Amino acid sequence: MIMNNTSETQEQHGVPTHAIDPSVIHKHNTSLKDEEICLEVNKFNFYYGSNQALKDINLKIPKQRVTAFIGPSGCGKSTLLRCFNRMNDLIDGVRVEGQMTLHGEDIFDKSVNVSDLRRRIGMVFQKPNPFPKSIYENVAYGLRIQGIKNRHVLDEAVENSLKHAALWDEVKDRLEDNAMGLSGGQQQRLVIARAIAIEPEVLLLDEPASALDPISTLKIEELIYQLKTDYTIVIVTHNMQQAARVSDYTAYMYLGELIEFNDTADLFTNPKEKMTEDYITGRMG
Amino acid sequence: MNIEKHISKEYDNELETIRSHVMEMGGIVENQLTDAITALVNSDLEVAETTVKGEYKVNRQEVAIDEKCIRILAKRQPAAVDLRLIMAVIKTITDLERIGDEAQKIAKKAISLSESQGPKFYYISIKAMGTLVTGMLHDALDAFARMDSKAAFAVASREPESDEQYVAILRQLMTYMMEDPRNITTSLDAVWIARAMERIADHARNICEYVIYFVEGKDVRHITLEEMEKELSE
Repeated sequence: MIMNNTSETQEQHGVPTHAIDPSVIHKHNTSLKDEEICLEVNKFNFYYGSNQALKDINLKIPKQRVTAFIGPSGCGKSTLLRCFNRMNDLIDGVRVEGQMTLHGEDIFDKSVNVSDLRRRIGMVFQKPNPFPKSIYENVAYGLRIQGIKNRHVLDEAVENSLKHAALWDEVKDRLEDNAMGLSGGQQQRLVIARAIAIEPEVLLLDEPASALDPISTLKIEELIYQLKTDYTIVIVTHNMQQAARVSDYTAYMYLGELIEFNDTADLFTNPKEKMTEDYITGRMG
Repeated sequence: MNIEKHISKEYDNELETIRSHVMEMGGIVENQLTDAITALVNSDLEVAETTVKGEYKVNRQEVAIDEKCIRILAKRQPAAVDLRLIMAVIKTITDLERIGDEAQKIAKKAISLSESQGPKFYYISIKAMGTLVTGMLHDALDAFARMDSKAAFAVASREPESDEQYVAILRQLMTYMMEDPRNITTSLDAVWIARAMERIADHARNICEYVIYFVEGKDVRHITLEEMEKELSE
């Protein structure tokens, strides 16, 4: 799968430098005892050159659940998301410490084939980025790259993916039309269809609805509900109500640190940390 | 409880307005209750009638505050402590409105009792119970104003006392009724008054539970006082 690097890359450089009082940081790991863990992050540090963007992150992301990352700009949530499929490898001068695993396998191990990793961990960005090709070819693209030529197999995969992405009914009669002619919301669902056509295990969504109107946003959210029966979903969003609506677990990050990880229902009604409370209630300047 | 200001000053103003409205409503209800008891004890028909008529003020406040809360929910989608405040307010005003109803019942009974010629044998104990429940309501509202969960628990702890007093009054009145069947009508009215007061104590306790929910984020309804104390100490 090919990914355009469209979302904020260098936002970390604008990070304010005042430190967080260490006494307020508790790495809450809520009761995940009944959950199967998909992604695990251990003592993870990430640097853009000399600038540390992620500080000692410890986190477990459960399988077939939706986990949301929230926090102000520059808190490191996108950086963390992009580490899961090593999107940050493309940036010069980055350095990682600690461990990140997918079902126990180290994501940053030298032996890992990054293309394989990205096939297993798909990603969708803020701005829909369809290829200037037909709707059909957009969805079939990943499969063609894998060498699948059988028209019957491709047809079936395209139809299933579009149905899964709740776009099939809108495009089934014009699969050969150029994808660029779709609306923003449709393009975003097309990109999700393209991502799920190659059956990844994890879907990373970086602000998937922030460029969309409210109705398209709700369609994407509805889609997220349905997709979590098959996929583990990690979503970064600035829209806190969206995080509250779609996610099962929420992580609040601030200045590169994980402040609170909690069940979404608890985090939005009774957060454990005052910093989380201040952020979600709009008290943080 | 010390809460920082929102980035949006307007939001702060809206929440503050709601809180002060609840306090205003609480003040009206408190007055209704003390007036009802004064009317009863002094056989003051005039005060009793004003109290009966004054109930509409409480109802009107309930509707107005409800509407303000709905607007905030729609406009601001409050979260965490703000959400708990709105929920606590919506529930508190329901209980305040019920207390208003009970005060009206007491005032109505005060009117019918002032017309009866029988001896006022029940006054002392009813008056004592009235002092207890008005005190509870006052302190519950105070805990709400200061958003003080400890004070709220202290008020809630006094609720069993009202149950005891209610049972004691019932027993006393039964003796009177057995002594002389002519006491029955008056005694039954007095039973209704004691019952209303016992309900008021329950509503005051409910308000305290909402204060605890707001401050601590813990739902302490329908549990014993011991369990409540344990929850608060955690």
